[in-house]
This record gives sequence, structure tokens and C-alpha cells, in this order.
Amino acid sequence: MLKQIEGSRAVAEAVALCRPEVICAYPISPQTHIVEALGEMVKSKRLSPCEYINVESEFAAMSVSIGASAAGARAYTATASQGLLFMTEAVYNASGLGLPIVMTVANRAIGAPINIWNDHSDSLSQRDSGWMQLFAENNQEAVDLHIQAFRLAEELSMPIMVCMDGYILTHAFERVDIPAQEQVDAYLPLFEPRQVLDPSEPISIGAMVGPEAFMEVKYLAHAKQMQAIERIPQLAAEFRNTFGRDSGGLIRTYCTEDAETMIIAMGSVLGTIKDTVDEMRNEGHRIGVLSIISYRPFPLEQVKSALLHCKRFLVLEKSLAVGMGGIVATDVRMAVTGAGLKGYTAVAGLGGRPIFKSQLHQLFRQAERDELPPVTFLDLDWEAVNKQLAREKQTRRSGPVAENILHDKGIVSAKFG
Amino acid sequence: MGFQPIKFYQTGTYTVGNRLLSPDQRSVQAGESRSNSINSGHRACQGCGEALGARYAIDAAMAESHGQLIAVNATGCLEVFSTPYPESSWQVPWIHSVFGNAPAVATGIAAAMKVKGKTEVRVVAQGGDGGTTDIGFGCLSGMFERNDDVLYICYDNEAYMNTGVQRSSATPPSARTATTMPVGPEPGNAFGQGKNMPEIAMAHGIPYVSTATVADLRDLEYKVRRAMKMHGARYIHIFVPCPLGWGTASNDTIRIARLAKESGLFPVFEAEHGEVTSVLKIRRKVQVEEYLMPQKRFAHLFGTRPHPEMVARIQDIADRNIRKYGLLDKEAA
Repeated sequence: MLKQIEGSRAVAEAVALCRPEVICAYPISPQTHIVEALGEMVKSKRLSPCEYINVESEFAAMSVSIGASAAGARAYTATASQGLLFMTEAVYNASGLGLPIVMTVANRAIGAPINIWNDHSDSLSQRDSGWMQLFAENNQEAVDLHIQAFRLAEELSMPIMVCMDGYILTHAFERVDIPAQEQVDAYLPLFEPRQVLDPSEPISIGAMVGPEAFMEVKYLAHAKQMQAIERIPQLAAEFRNTFGRDSGGLIRTYCTEDAETMIIAMGSVLGTIKDTVDEMRNEGHRIGVLSIISYRPFPLEQVKSALLHCKRFLVLEKSLAVGMGGIVATDVRMAVTGAGLKGYTAVAGLGGRPIFKSQLHQLFRQAERDELPPVTFLDLDWEAVNKQLAREKQTRRSGPVAENILHDKGIVSAKFG
Repeated sequence: MGFQPIKFYQTGTYTVGNRLLSPDQRSVQAGESRSNSINSGHRACQGCGEALGARYAIDAAMAESHGQLIAVNATGCLEVFSTPYPESSWQVPWIHSVFGNAPAVATGIAAAMKVKGKTEVRVVAQGGDGGTTDIGFGCLSGMFERNDDVLYICYDNEAYMNTGVQRSSATPPSARTATTMPVGPEPGNAFGQGKNMPEIAMAHGIPYVSTATVADLRDLEYKVRRAMKMHGARYIHIFVPCPLGWGTASNDTIRIARLAKESGLFPVFEAEHGEVTSVLKIRRKVQVEEYLMPQKRFAHLFGTRPHPEMVARIQDIADRNIRKYGLLDKEAA
């Protein structure tokens, strides 16, 4: 059913349609609206049977999910930013135990300095946690990816993060097609756990494993994600058959025929990128777009095929590998090793810094002319940066960096736009 | 022949085999149908109080739940010595996640059982003192506060034994640990620190809190069975001497636990909804020296350069416990 609906509420509707049995909630912006909506559904018995647990921390949220999943219940939680970091130990544990928990990450920057706005630092910090990570481009895809995620997670007995941009998607009201319960029931079978805590068949889960078997256990987690590379496109195709629309998959391409320059990105910024590319195409630029939906597993072959015929690529990413450059760009470069392509990285939108078409026009043109350095920081205020660097050279007690920058910039809220 | 009350302490061992008793009065552990939840062959040290306490506690919980039990374990000695794959000692469904989250994992299991309508399946979470009073404290308090249907058992051996005897917030004053060495003017662990976890549990107003020691295993079994008769968040704090960490003889575990109780240093009591409902009285009061002297972790209090002032402060703690909990009968006082 078509609804004009907030992204968070749409995701809550989708999660409810998946019939989760245990939901753990701990408030952190910008995911709160999702668990608020689910809480109301459980309390009103619209979603039943389901246990909704207000936990005391994100660490507990993931831990309760671990217990519920190990006991055979379909478990769901949502988090972001500091919350994801706070639960990190349990995040790794959930995947290590092979528990198919689905978690929404409303992507948000990581402090310090504390910042509630969107970038991809949080879920990308969990790159090697053993969780799969699917990135939604818009709220329809966020809805659809949740339904696919439960199916994939339970099939492989591995957990999945569905990542959607904080505020930009979670708080945006858009037209979203909310599927019917019968459709979801037809697509998503009941959860049949591979391992379950059951008094009639006692097993030990999570015991000590020494050097003699640890490598194999870890490899099998990798093997599961390699299986996911096969299954994700199949599940997306099946999704199209059931729900009548394209959603999900490993990657998506846009205007790639004859493209000499390819722009690569994840999440909602793809909308702005595609608009920019449309305008540039109208002006005759040979430019195309590659969206990465599945960040983990990373579809090396598919990315390689999508880039094989271009001359250069630019990875625009809302994340920074401090001391190195791009995080997504590293994976993309790995995919095209030996292909002789020029590759650029643009770090953009950190901490919610807006990304405008005007900036992208300029950036993409620079890329086309091969005028970019290997790593670019889009919209970086060099004056503010240099001033701070000079200050630090001048005096030992230079004070807190963030405060200095804000002091130098003055009142900035009106400067965007 | 007239009625002859059986006094277990007459044997001097507080034996739990007690074949003199009628079958319905016998302990779970004395019964042929005991579940052997933690089977033989595990790797605990000789004389391990925690292995003993856990064996009795989980078998009692199994008896009370008619075998419908799921156990959660925090990281720690119990988890390590009982499980290396494929040699798990556990005859009950058992899960270990990480160090600090056993109460929350248990909450998740209880929620799953509830949502699936399997209300007969009960959940026990367990951890050492470090996993309970330090790293798992937040999750434990959350579980208490929500009154989740979980029995949490703390096996308290008063330090991080699994990692090599480091101080926890359950380590008693003046005790030697690897991080509170017996050097300087106030050797060993500092006075005036630490957490009283049973009282903190009581402050949550949960249905049931009790303490027990491995010196009185019938009492331990009784408390576990009593806790298992109730629903909601319940907490049992079991005092389990550690020969390795405390520097005591392996065959002294029971005696040391009894001395902790008889000195008043470890009050044994029950509480419901935040109020003490019963205490196990001291039978034969001992001075704290009798408890402290057999333990190498307190050796620096005695010997050639003794610290009688520190012993006196420990005696004060015991005396305060005795007053506070009414551990002595009037006539015995």
C-alpha cells in the first residue's frame, strides 16, 4: 500500500511485517523513531506475539538479541553511531556464534566531537565484524532491504545490518509502498534455527575454541558471506517476482554505457549524484554511476565488471580511514587491481556536511580532467584548518580543536545552502 | 523409639548424603535422579569452590524446573574449565556470549521462551564476582530493574581468578591480589571500597535475594529451589573459596567457607522484595583471625611484621555484619 510516511516509520512497518519475536530498544538518535513505532505496535498488540524489551544500553540490546536468537526467536534491534560502538563486543559475538539477528543502523557520525548527523563511520567501523551490511539508497529500498535481510540472515545463519542514512532517510517523509502481510509471509518463511537452546536437546553454544579449530570457524564466516554474494541477487530477483519492484542486489549501475568516468557511492547521496550525472549527461559528459548496496560481502567481481570499460573512477564516500584515506575506495581499488584505471577518492559529508550538486559538478569535472589528487576532502574549509595548524605551532596550550574551529567560523548555521 | 532430631553439624562435615533422612528430606545431590548438570571430567582446580557451588546450584535448579532449564554463563573460570569444545561438561542447554552480558543474554532467552509460550522453560544466568559486580553490573542492574524472569547466580571467589587473581570490586580489604600487592604501609586491597552486591540487588526490590556458601550445601540447594519456585528477577550470591587465588589448601575449601560465615564476614540470609526475611545464625562464633590465618592472601597481616590494626578493622566489619543482620542468637552472643 502506498503511504506518505516517515522513513523510520516505514522501516518499523516493514520490520513488523517480518514478524520479529523479540525487539530490543535503546534510544539513540537517529534510530529512535523506528523502535518507538515498533514499541507502540507491540503494546497495542498489533504486532503479536512479540516481546519488546527496553534495555539499559546498546550492549544489552545486542546481548538480549543474542539470547533471543540463540533460543530460536527472530530478533531485531536498531542503533547508530556511539550505540553501535558501545555494543561492538556483542556485535562480533553475534556473528561469531552465527546468530541471524537483523539490525537497522541509522548511519551517524562517531565522536569526538559528538555529532548526531549522518555519515557512514559507524557501520563501516564494523566492516570486519562478520556482519553483512546492506545500504539503502532511499526509504523504499530501506523497507525492502529489511524484508530481504531477514530472509538472507536466517538462510545463512548470519547477522545483517541494514544501513540507512540518519535523518536524510530516517526522518524524511517520502512515498513508500508498504507491502501486504501475505506478500511478506510468502517471501519470508518461519525462522528455523540451525542451533537452538532447547532442554530436550541440550547443546553448548559459545564455548572456548583453541588454535586447532579457530581458523576454520572464522573461514566459515567468510564462506557464508561468499555464499551471500550468490544469494543476494537471487533473493532480489525473487523479491521482484513477489513484490513487483527492483530492490536490493549487490550493486546497481546507472548510465554506464560508454561512461569514461564512473562515480561510486553508497546510500542516499546517490540521489544527488544521479541528478548531477543526468545534468552532465545532457551536456554530453560520458559519466555513469555505480551504487554499492552490499558493502559486506563486498562484490569484488561485480564491481570489477561494472568498471571494466571506464577510464577512471571516483569513490565518493561518507567515511574516512584516518591516516590513509578512503575506506570504500580501498575495496574498489582491490576490485580493479591490475585493470589500469585511474582512481580517486572524495571524502564527503562527514558529520552531516551537506553535499550539493554544485559541488559535485565541479568535483566530477575535475575527475574527468584527471585533475584530482588521490584523496580529496569535499568542501573542506582549508582556512579554518590552516589557522588551527598555525595555532598549534604557535602555542603548546592551544586548547580543544573543535572549539577553536567553531570559534574561528563564527555562527555557521546560515552558511549552508 | 522417640523422635530424634538429626543435627547435621554433629557429624562435623554437614554431610549432604544423609541416608538417615527420609527420601523426601534428602538433598537433590543425594538423589539418584540428580541431573549431573556439570558432569565430571571438567578442568577445575582441586578443591574449587565454584565448581562445587555451580554443580549443586544447577542440579537444584534442574530438579525444581523438572529438567526444563537453560543456563547462561559469563566469561570466567566456570566457563573456561567446563567447556572447551568438544568436551563440554554441561548436560543442560548452555550458552556463553561475552564477559559482561550474561544477564542480558538470559533476558533474551526468557523473552524467547515467553513469546513461544514455553513458560515451563526456566533461565539461569551465572558469573563470577568480576562478571557480576564489575563488568556485568550494568546488564545485571538492567535485568533486575525490568524484573525479567531470570535467576542470576554469582559465584563469589573475591577476585578475577581466571586471569590470574586480580582485584575485583568483591575483593575484601587487605587481601593480596596480583593488583593489590602486600607492600607499602597498607598492604593488600584498600579498606572502604568494594560493592555489597546482595544489598544492591535488594535495593532493586526484586522478588528474591539470598546468599549461601559451599559450607552449607543443603542451604544452598534450598535457596536455589526456593528461588526457582518464584518468577521475576532473582539473585543468589554464593561464597566459593578459591584454593589457587586465596592460597588455601584444596581440602580446606568447605572449612574456609564455614569460617567466613561463622566469623560474620559473610552473612548468609534471604530477602524478599528488598527486606531480609531470614538469616542463618552463627553456630559457633569465631574471631576473624581464624578465617584469615589459613589464607596466604592475608599472610601479610600476621607473621614477623604483623598488622593487628588491619585485623581489627576486619573484625569491625564482621561485628557490624553480626549486628546488622542479627547473626547471633541472644544466648549465643
